[in-house]
Amino acid sequence: MSEKIYGLMAEFDSPGALLQAAEKIRAAGYRRWDVFTPFPIHGMDKLMGFKNSLVGWVSLAGGAFMFLNVVGLIWFANAFDYPLIVGGKPMFSVPMTFVPAYIMLIMGGAIGALIGMLGLNQLPRLHHPLFAKKRFEGASRDKFIMVIGALDEKFCATETRKLLETVGGTHIDIVEDKD
Amino acid sequence: MSEPALNLEELKKLAPPAELRRAPVVEGNQGLGWLTDKLSAFAEGKTPLWWWIFFIPAAFAATVIFPTCLFYQVFTGVGVWGNNHPVMWGLDIVNFIWWVGVAHAGTLISALLFLTRQHWRTTIGRMAEAMTVFSVAMAGLYPAIHVGRAWFDWFMFPVPNSNGLWPQFRSPLMWDVFAVNTYLVVSSLFWFMGMIPDFAVLRDRSTTRIRKAIFSFLAMGWTGSARQWHHYEKAYVVLCGLCTLLVFTVSSIVGLDFCTAQIAGWHATIFPLYFVIGAVFCGFGMMLVLMIPLRKWCGLENIITKSHIDKVAKLTLVSGLIIDYIYLMEFFIAWYSGDPYERWVFGHRLFGHTYMIMGWILIGINVCVTQLLWFKKVRSNLLWLFIIGLLINVGMWSERFVIVVGSLYQDFLPANWGKYMPTIWDIGLYIGTLGAFFMLYLLFVKFLPMIAISEVKGVMPQADPHHPLGGAQKEAGHE
Repeated sequence: MSEKIYGLMAEFDSPGALLQAAEKIRAAGYRRWDVFTPFPIHGMDKLMGFKNSLVGWVSLAGGAFMFLNVVGLIWFANAFDYPLIVGGKPMFSVPMTFVPAYIMLIMGGAIGALIGMLGLNQLPRLHHPLFAKKRFEGASRDKFIMVIGALDEKFCATETRKLLETVGGTHIDIVEDKD
Repeated sequence: MSEPALNLEELKKLAPPAELRRAPVVEGNQGLGWLTDKLSAFAEGKTPLWWWIFFIPAAFAATVIFPTCLFYQVFTGVGVWGNNHPVMWGLDIVNFIWWVGVAHAGTLISALLFLTRQHWRTTIGRMAEAMTVFSVAMAGLYPAIHVGRAWFDWFMFPVPNSNGLWPQFRSPLMWDVFAVNTYLVVSSLFWFMGMIPDFAVLRDRSTTRIRKAIFSFLAMGWTGSARQWHHYEKAYVVLCGLCTLLVFTVSSIVGLDFCTAQIAGWHATIFPLYFVIGAVFCGFGMMLVLMIPLRKWCGLENIITKSHIDKVAKLTLVSGLIIDYIYLMEFFIAWYSGDPYERWVFGHRLFGHTYMIMGWILIGINVCVTQLLWFKKVRSNLLWLFIIGLLINVGMWSERFVIVVGSLYQDFLPANWGKYMPTIWDIGLYIGTLGAFFMLYLLFVKFLPMIAISEVKGVMPQADPHHPLGGAQKEAGHE
């Protein structure tokens, strides 16, 4: 039940200001920081050093899983468990499975993309320390918020606050982590 | 970064001349806060009178007419409809194709135009996706009850059962089951995922506890951090790609239902493409019908600008021209094939005494009325566009009627000749699905973010960190 510090939040008025501030924060050697914005800001992912998102792979895995399963299912259903002669064609051939398997690939890929996105973002989550902050509501409107985490090696309540002030942040505030 | 920033005067000199400049996505040149207020205003404000005026009849159709017709048909049998030998596919299949068609333009607008980086699509994408989700739901219903014994619908799914039977996977009708269900699931996922950041917007804006609880639940803890956006954008691109595949797949498969049959008038390789383009054309018509009144009544003239409507009208024209080409080819191939049955069927589409009216509605609207969209005057007149949108829906409905009924009622043997007339239950069910569609749509408009708030904000100049309005000027270091 201790009240720990989650981090320091600062507010910016424009994506340009945020991007410049983020460059300076990175240059100052901070690693555990994040920005909260109403829309994705171009250039931010490069600046924060994000690699290609894994969502695409999760989606591919979902799609491939479904595709192969449907091919297998069709073989099992129409060629193995209950062999069915249709139009004098072979019991099983790859082309005959293509359309259902391809459609289920789309289904699997889509579900994979959604689950991948939620999973990698650790959603759904019921609470986040930032939700306790009234000013954080601006992050879905027209404010651009930067948070430097208390777990950062360089974090220091006074020094970090000064740095955020010099890079142009306003309404700098401590975010508590109620556990 | 070292380059000195330009001031506004210099920027104006560098900009292309006015006629080459792109129309702004959002007019009025206001800030992001204003935009957020504007876009969430309708979902948060008091319900206006017009909403009730449309909602009550739609809800009546959806909750009284719809279940009455549905239950009567399910309890009695397909015989309550006009379907009978030789026309075994009647209004149920006509409406099925029509609803699937309406869905397609929604996916095309939101997914394909995203992949081609058309920024204007952000303003109407969400409305188009909602149109897709609701109309696929309506479409899926028809084949499910057309089977006659709706309680055996599960036979269509590959479920292990005590009879030891499996579906026959070589049939396009079987593929249809997969296609329509996948379409419903994927377009719903796409719609829902697109709304997550906007649920967060409504959550942060909510004033009552109950609204806060509902939108917090739907937003699932979205914070809008750079990491979240990073994964979100990737997932969005992937989903757009998959949805684009569906645009071309679902109606193709519906087309295959027809062209694998040996009926003259159906047995043509052009059918998959024909159905895809017809679907898109019809859906654009529906989009015009929904978009034009809503932008006015919801006060969104600055967001869904005339330029956007003009673009939708142009896309309608393009798809209409492709449809016209396909009509021409159908008739040409029927003549060129030398097949007397083909010639008979196509001759009777326009000159047969029974259904020639439908054939001429098709030609009159899909071929003639569409040409009006060449004129800028028509494309900038909202009333005209609204009427053209309505007419296109009628025209495409009659096209499906011509294809389905027009090919079945007189086939190879005079013994198989008959007539088809929809009964009151056919028509009631159609009215019921229309009511359900509009009821769901009105509820969507009223309670959910009807415009993709974060997407629209993201394409504003204020959102571009390298644009003067986005705060790039400060980096100049002139001070």
